Amino acid sequence: MRDKKTNPLIPSRRDFIRIGAGAAGSAALPGFIGSAWAEDKPPIGTWPAGTQGDSVFIGISVPRTGTYALQGEDELKGYQLAIEHINAGHPLIKAISPKTTKGVLGKQLKHGVADSAAKPNDAVQAQQRFITENKAIMITGGTSSAVAVALNKLAQREKVIFVCGISGSNDTTGKDCVRYGVRQNFYGETAANAIGPALLKAYGKNRKAAFMTPDYTYGHTVTKSVNEFLTKNGGWTMVTNQVSPLGAPDYSSYLTNIANSGAEILVNVNWGHDAVLSTQQAKQFGLLPKMKLVIPYQIPFLAREVGPEITEGVYAATDFWWTMEDKYPLAKMFVEEFEKKFGYKPEWGAENAYMEFALWAEAVEHAGSFYPPDVIKSYESPRKLQSFVGEVSWRPEDHQLVRPVVIVKGKAKSAMRNKEDYWEVVEVVPGAGLMQKPDAFGCNLGSYT
Amino acid sequence: MITWTNFLSQLFNGLALGALLALISSGLTIIYGTLGVLNLAHGAMFMLGGYAGYAAWSATGSFLAALAAGTLAVGLLGLIMERVVIRYFYGRPDEDQLLVTFGLSICFVEAIRLIFSSQSLSVQPPAALLGITSLGVMMYPTYRLAVVGICALALFALWFVLFRTRLGMIVRAGIDDAVMVDSLGINVYRVFMVVFAIGAMAAGFAGIVNAPVVSLTPEVGEAILVQTFVVVVIGGVGSFPGAILGGLIAGEIISITSMVNPGYAYVMLFAAMTLVLLVRPRGLLGAQGRA
Repeated sequence: MRDKKTNPLIPSRRDFIRIGAGAAGSAALPGFIGSAWAEDKPPIGTWPAGTQGDSVFIGISVPRTGTYALQGEDELKGYQLAIEHINAGHPLIKAISPKTTKGVLGKQLKHGVADSAAKPNDAVQAQQRFITENKAIMITGGTSSAVAVALNKLAQREKVIFVCGISGSNDTTGKDCVRYGVRQNFYGETAANAIGPALLKAYGKNRKAAFMTPDYTYGHTVTKSVNEFLTKNGGWTMVTNQVSPLGAPDYSSYLTNIANSGAEILVNVNWGHDAVLSTQQAKQFGLLPKMKLVIPYQIPFLAREVGPEITEGVYAATDFWWTMEDKYPLAKMFVEEFEKKFGYKPEWGAENAYMEFALWAEAVEHAGSFYPPDVIKSYESPRKLQSFVGEVSWRPEDHQLVRPVVIVKGKAKSAMRNKEDYWEVVEVVPGAGLMQKPDAFGCNLGSYT
Repeated sequence: MITWTNFLSQLFNGLALGALLALISSGLTIIYGTLGVLNLAHGAMFMLGGYAGYAAWSATGSFLAALAAGTLAVGLLGLIMERVVIRYFYGRPDEDQLLVTFGLSICFVEAIRLIFSSQSLSVQPPAALLGITSLGVMMYPTYRLAVVGICALALFALWFVLFRTRLGMIVRAGIDDAVMVDSLGINVYRVFMVVFAIGAMAAGFAGIVNAPVVSLTPEVGEAILVQTFVVVVIGGVGSFPGAILGGLIAGEIISITSMVNPGYAYVMLFAAMTLVLLVRPRGLLGAQGRA
């Protein structure tokens, strides 16, 4: 060919066209992909940046100091076990998320842990860091509804999915609900609807109740829900409501007021160490066992810390108690796995943490993508899901899991089969009948993008 | 609910709370008064007293052993802390002192969390002080009644040391003018060491006395530290009688306010502190010039 004889240093016209076309093509390629995203899925939040490696990052903030430290530490163990199981494709995860192989969409989970001290500001700062620096694809935290509500807002602003940790307030998936947040454990209202009938059955109508309420969103909403149920359905009267700050060092003045109130029932809404301290001091002041103690929203470790002498006969509403393993095969697997790794029976904080991550893995696998709006739509598409307490399902209107509430009653020390057998499961109340209307607390989820 | 019964009950309650606050605050105030070091680790030392006492109590079952262990262990720690850390900070700016004691308090709290976890622990009072005593208008936990007496005794002992011994005379002179005491040929730094240890012992003792009233957690000292500062500010910084008066006032404010509206108990406490600072910046019994 003629071209071969020309100086190789001088590009021929054909070469020029070929190279030129290649260069133009490769220059056009990213633009082409870019325009495809622009039409269909523009980058949002930490997507796709956070999903481009062979792993994705989860930001965890739990209280490791402060009033809720013990519960936060337990919650963290639940998260860690779930991550381990998801990464290994453990049979327990596969029972909840059937499409899971190893990891989520084949990507291993990595995580960072920050201490929130149950303070909204600390939690938000930590998660902002995880989002900016680690490109967290999902964040979690709670063990204080004040934190949960704050992270809800962060998630919606940053467009990163927030899988809510322990949070009992009606606001979390009510007034302050967001499109980017989901909650596994139930509303305070749901707890009230579940434990109310048990209380009326056990203690009868027209009783006088004293409430102890921690001064933030969880305390106020749970007290309101429980009081309204008992007043409306049983003619009970709230004779006093003792509101105390989170982490109060002493409850004597509140208890003195209660001692002088003529109450027959003491409804303690306090949580974490506040619940332990207020309950122990109630016994010191002779309020217990004279008054009947009620725990509307169970506190993990309460019975271990105050002892069965105080919790005997006490009714509580909870997410989970380990003796449910007798009836629920998945619960049995979970309790065994957890105990093997950590050396004690899991409380509901750990169960809640594990289930949140398992259900998130399920939602992402079901969506087939980490693209946040797709994951949200996956949460919102109605389907039956497996859990440690039987079948559950997400409610699309407020991103709340519809799940049973477990009513437990404290065992006498003599009736305990082993040293962790504090509670007897009285009833597992199906969730559907307990739920108020999705908009009852003014939920407005907001936008997908 | 405001009734005479409740009012009397709360008045008494305030006394019990105040006695304890007075004891904790007295340690803080004599350390600050003498050494000029605001010890932010005071709350942590209060906590350590509780845990040292708990360890002794669970080993021996004796509350007296717990009292001794809590007091001596924290006293010893105070001594070591002064020798190893604090004495290098006497001449340094206030913020350095705040930071180093704050840092130490974090170390103490986390060390205890490492050993004992965050789970609440309980110490049982002696059998004779268990149960409830009737005071006519109200039932009151027997041990809390005893706490009022124990705190009064401990405060009396502190008063005796400060106002009736040679050491106390030097300490009080040191509070007024450390430079003068030094130039009189008294080794003021040795006095500082002893004062720091005494202040620490007061915190440790209060910690173990308080342990059966509350359940112990690594953070038991943090909430109390804030109240202790309020007490010291109200009573007068560096004033031992001021700490007692401030403690009782703070106890009563918390109790009486919570009778009307518990939500405002702490608001009123801080409002009272603000009022004192406005009207009498050196505190109710604070000496002129030290405020």
